[in-house]
This record gives sequence, C-alpha cells and structure tokens, in this order.
Amino acid sequence: MKTRQWQGRYPDSQRGRLGILGAGHIGPVVARLALGAGYPVDIAASGDPEDIALITELIVPGARPRWASDAAADADIVVLAMPLHRFLDVDPGLLSGKLVVDAMNYWPASDGRLSVFQDPVSEDGAFEDGAGASSSEIVARRLAGSRVVKALNHIGYHELEDQARPAGAKDRKAAGVAGDDPDAVDAIARLVDQIGYDPARVGGLAAGRILQPGGPVFGVTLNLPEFKRVVQEHARSLT
Amino acid sequence: MTDTSVYTFGLDTFGDRNADASGTPLSHAQTIRNVVEEGVFAEQAGVDFFGIGEHHTDYFPMPAGDVVLAAIAARTSRIRLGSAVTVLSSDDPVRVFQRYSTLNAISSGRAEVILGRGSSIESFPLFGYDLADYEKLFDEKATLFAELLKGGPVTWEGKTRPALLNQDVVPHNESGPIPTWIGVGGNPESVIRAARLGFGLALAIIGGNPARFAPYSELFRRALEKFGRGPLPVLMHAPGHVAATDEQAKAEFWPRYRDIFTLVAAERGFANPTADRFEWESGPDGALFVGSPETVARKIATNLRALGATRFDLKYGMPGMTHDSLLTGIELYGREVIPRVRELLATEAAAV
Repeated sequence: MKTRQWQGRYPDSQRGRLGILGAGHIGPVVARLALGAGYPVDIAASGDPEDIALITELIVPGARPRWASDAAADADIVVLAMPLHRFLDVDPGLLSGKLVVDAMNYWPASDGRLSVFQDPVSEDGAFEDGAGASSSEIVARRLAGSRVVKALNHIGYHELEDQARPAGAKDRKAAGVAGDDPDAVDAIARLVDQIGYDPARVGGLAAGRILQPGGPVFGVTLNLPEFKRVVQEHARSLT
Repeated sequence: MTDTSVYTFGLDTFGDRNADASGTPLSHAQTIRNVVEEGVFAEQAGVDFFGIGEHHTDYFPMPAGDVVLAAIAARTSRIRLGSAVTVLSSDDPVRVFQRYSTLNAISSGRAEVILGRGSSIESFPLFGYDLADYEKLFDEKATLFAELLKGGPVTWEGKTRPALLNQDVVPHNESGPIPTWIGVGGNPESVIRAARLGFGLALAIIGGNPARFAPYSELFRRALEKFGRGPLPVLMHAPGHVAATDEQAKAEFWPRYRDIFTLVAAERGFANPTADRFEWESGPDGALFVGSPETVARKIATNLRALGATRFDLKYGMPGMTHDSLLTGIELYGREVIPRVRELLATEAAAV
C-alpha cells in the first residue's frame, strides 16, 4: 500500500478515510477531488477489485481498489456513488455505524422508475413540493444504523471537477449539504469545503429535496449568495 | 508534412427537426427528406462519415436511421454511413446486425455501428424495457453483437432474448466485420467493456472540458493490452455548428440550443441553460464546436491530440435550425474545417 503524503491546513484527524462505492460516473470524480484534498480513498464497484484495478490506476491514481465490504468497513466516510437501483442490493449491515454521504439521485426521467422511491412521490415520478419523502430520507430509512447526509448529488459529474476552486477563490461555487445529524453535517460540510465548494446547509434530510432532480439547484452551479437566494425564492414560492 | 490520412472526420445528426426561416417547424417527413439531402451533400463536401442517432421524440423524429442511411447509400459512393448511436439495450442485436449488414451490402461495405445508450430514454418504455435493467441489457446484447459480427453460425444463450443454436444469421458481410464502436459518456467501466469486446471507443462529449477524457484513451489502450487485443481507434463526438464567423454561428445555434435544452430541462428536472455557460462551452476549453471554420478547426485539432483520437464526429445543428443553415455548415465543415484540421495536425506533428 502506498502511503500518501499531504500537507493540508487541517489536522489528519479531520481527513478520515473515504470509501467510495461506485466506479462509474460520479464515484471516480469524487475520489479524485478527495485525493486532491488529502483524503485517503478506497473505491469499490459491485464486484472483484481486480475488475477496477486499471480504472483505479489510470482514472483515480492514488486510490485503492477494494471489495465494497472492505471499503465500507475501513471507511470513516462512505460515499454512495452507485446507480440508485444498485443501492437496493447493498447490505445495510455493511454501513452500520458509518457516516454515509448519499450522492445518488432518484431521477425517473433519466434512469427510470423505482417503486421504493416512488413512495409517495407524485404519480408521474416528478419531484413535487410538499409531497412525499426525499430520496435521501428513503435511503436513510434503509440504513437505520448509519448517519446519512445528502451531498455531492446536484452538480453534474462532468462539472464537479471543472468547477472546484480553493477556499476564497472569487469564482468558487456552492454545493448543498442536508442531514439530520449536526455532527455528520459538519463533517460533510468540511469535506465539501476541502474538495472545492462552499458548503450550503439546506436543512435536514427532508429538505434534501431542494437538491434533487426538479429542485431549484439541481444541475446548476451557483455561488453561495446565488444559491441562498434561489433556495429562499423557492421556499417563498411554496407558501 | 506528416501523413494525416489516419484522421477521419464525420458528421452526426439526430434527425433534428428543421424549421423554416420564420421559425415554423417543418414536418417530420420533410425533416427526414432533408437529412437524406444533408447526407448526400456531406459526401460532396468531402466529409468521411455520416452518422444518424436513434431518437424517438417530436424534436428528434429519427427512430429508423438505418432506413435513411440506406437512402443516402443509394446516392453516394464514398462516404461511410453509420448509427450514432444505436440504442442497443432496447433493440434486438440480431435485428441490428441484419439491418446494418443490409446497409453494408447496399453501400458496398461502407456501414458502421456505434452502440450505446445515447441521451434519450424514450425507447425503453416504447419497446417495453425497464431502464433499471439498462446495464444488464447492454452488456448481454453487446456481447451477442460481437459474436454476430464474427460471421458464421452463432450459438448463444442469455436472459434478454431467445437463445441461438448454431444459427446462420444473414446477410453475410463480404468484407469482414462491420466497424463497430461503443459510445461512452463518462463511465470508465464502459471503456473497459469496449476493450473487452474489441470495439472502438467513441467518446461522446457534450459538456465540460473534453481534454479531461484523455485518461480514458489511455485506459482503453491499456485495457486492450490486458485483453490481448491489438490497437483500436478512439473517436470523439461533440455538438456544434459552423458558419462564416463566430458571431453568426453562435447567433444561429444558441437560440435553438437554449430552446431544446430548456425543453429537456423541464422534462428531466434540471436547470435551464444559461448564456454564460454557453459562451464558456463555445470557448477554447468547452465542448461545443460552434464558430467559424478556423475556430472550430483549431479546437478539433487540439482535442484530437489531447485525446489521442483519430476521428472527430461533429453532431451538427439543433432542432429548429433551417435546412439551409445546416447545409452551409456542412459545406464549411467539409471544405474548410477538415482540410484545416489536417493542416494543423500535420504542422504540429512536424514540429515535434
């Protein structure tokens, strides 16, 4: 195993090991950003780490390819970066006691419907204000032993890396964070900050729907004042 | 000067529904007839490949691109013709093989196939497939397609279509397997799959800096080695429009780009496109190839080099543009952009 050297502004204790579950679109992007910020990173797909060894070496250099169960067991923070339907196959026991980032989206118009997440969202599968649970609440229900924070889901994977900027940069953008556990939200807000975004706390997991497909900030990158303004305008439009 | 004949240049369309000069949409039928003319004209302008992407919407009324390609084949002799892409997961690989082998026969060996998901999902409910099964469907069907391409009787068994037992699938191809690619939109696992099956790698880049895909080309090369295969080409596909000047190209393209992405944003639940983002995407680091021949040529040369790609396919136009402005764009692409890219690549290569 390669020992990572890094000199960050934060003590080591604030950069726990990330276990990223998913080596498709968003997983490698989050992995690279986290490695760049000094986090040790394990990455796993659904099968044998040998299958993603080349991907890891060339696309996520510095990360370790692992079995999902090993990546989860060793992680301080687990990032769910698989397609949502694959999440349904994950054993919640693997994530028990873990701080979990839900970077997944329920996006019927793009990925098809899943009855578990349809509950009790509007009939056409679109996001509807005031109706039903957020997708992260449904994820959290299945992960009763974990602390779940929604983050890193609403900026397109191809933009997430292009738009990352160091703290204080004039053109830095904001990324939303939602969760019910204040310490967990703090930890993920710090992660978001360290990988290049101003964390925008939008509230609990229920408020995470602001970050979902159909929500006002999904698929857009805004700076923090713009982000807050858009979220406030959205809240006013509901009253 | 260095030999740049290794490079080829294509045009792709999704059957973007045309409008007349006043902005009134033309019929689906007229749009399809215009695509035939555009394909024939592309050959005259010196373009190497003409691709048609499968779509099933009012603004992309193009579900049977192979039929349109056959019409173009009958009126051309040199240009290569293919899908861009065939949504294999919601199709039958045997039928796809038969249709493109028939096109290959009509065109005397000019057919190609790009397999992928594309960006449209309408074919799944239309043909009774579940998008959640996408990966499984694609993997199994692409594997069968690779078997069919070898020619000769096929024995195959899977879960997504009935088994084949020593089945002779016709028509036979007289000039070897049809060149086949897998379209990849950013998932490295798809790159590995293309290498495993022995298909070319088609990088479909519609946003962000294309150069970030460079590691994918290297991943493809290394994966081919790992699977014991010889080198296979990398293709880059990106949207755009060529006109006499940057200003004119943007003025013709942006309003239609804005309209269609606003519509798609509403359908899919993401934010509307902004003029700022469009400007960035049209600039030197973005993924839109919109501008004068010189601007577009420079950007193509830069990105082919960055990606180690030998083919560039421009997805030209947008729904709502006129047939005339598309023909002008095709002419400029064929007569000015392509020769200029070759020149730039030769100069760069010679300077090394």
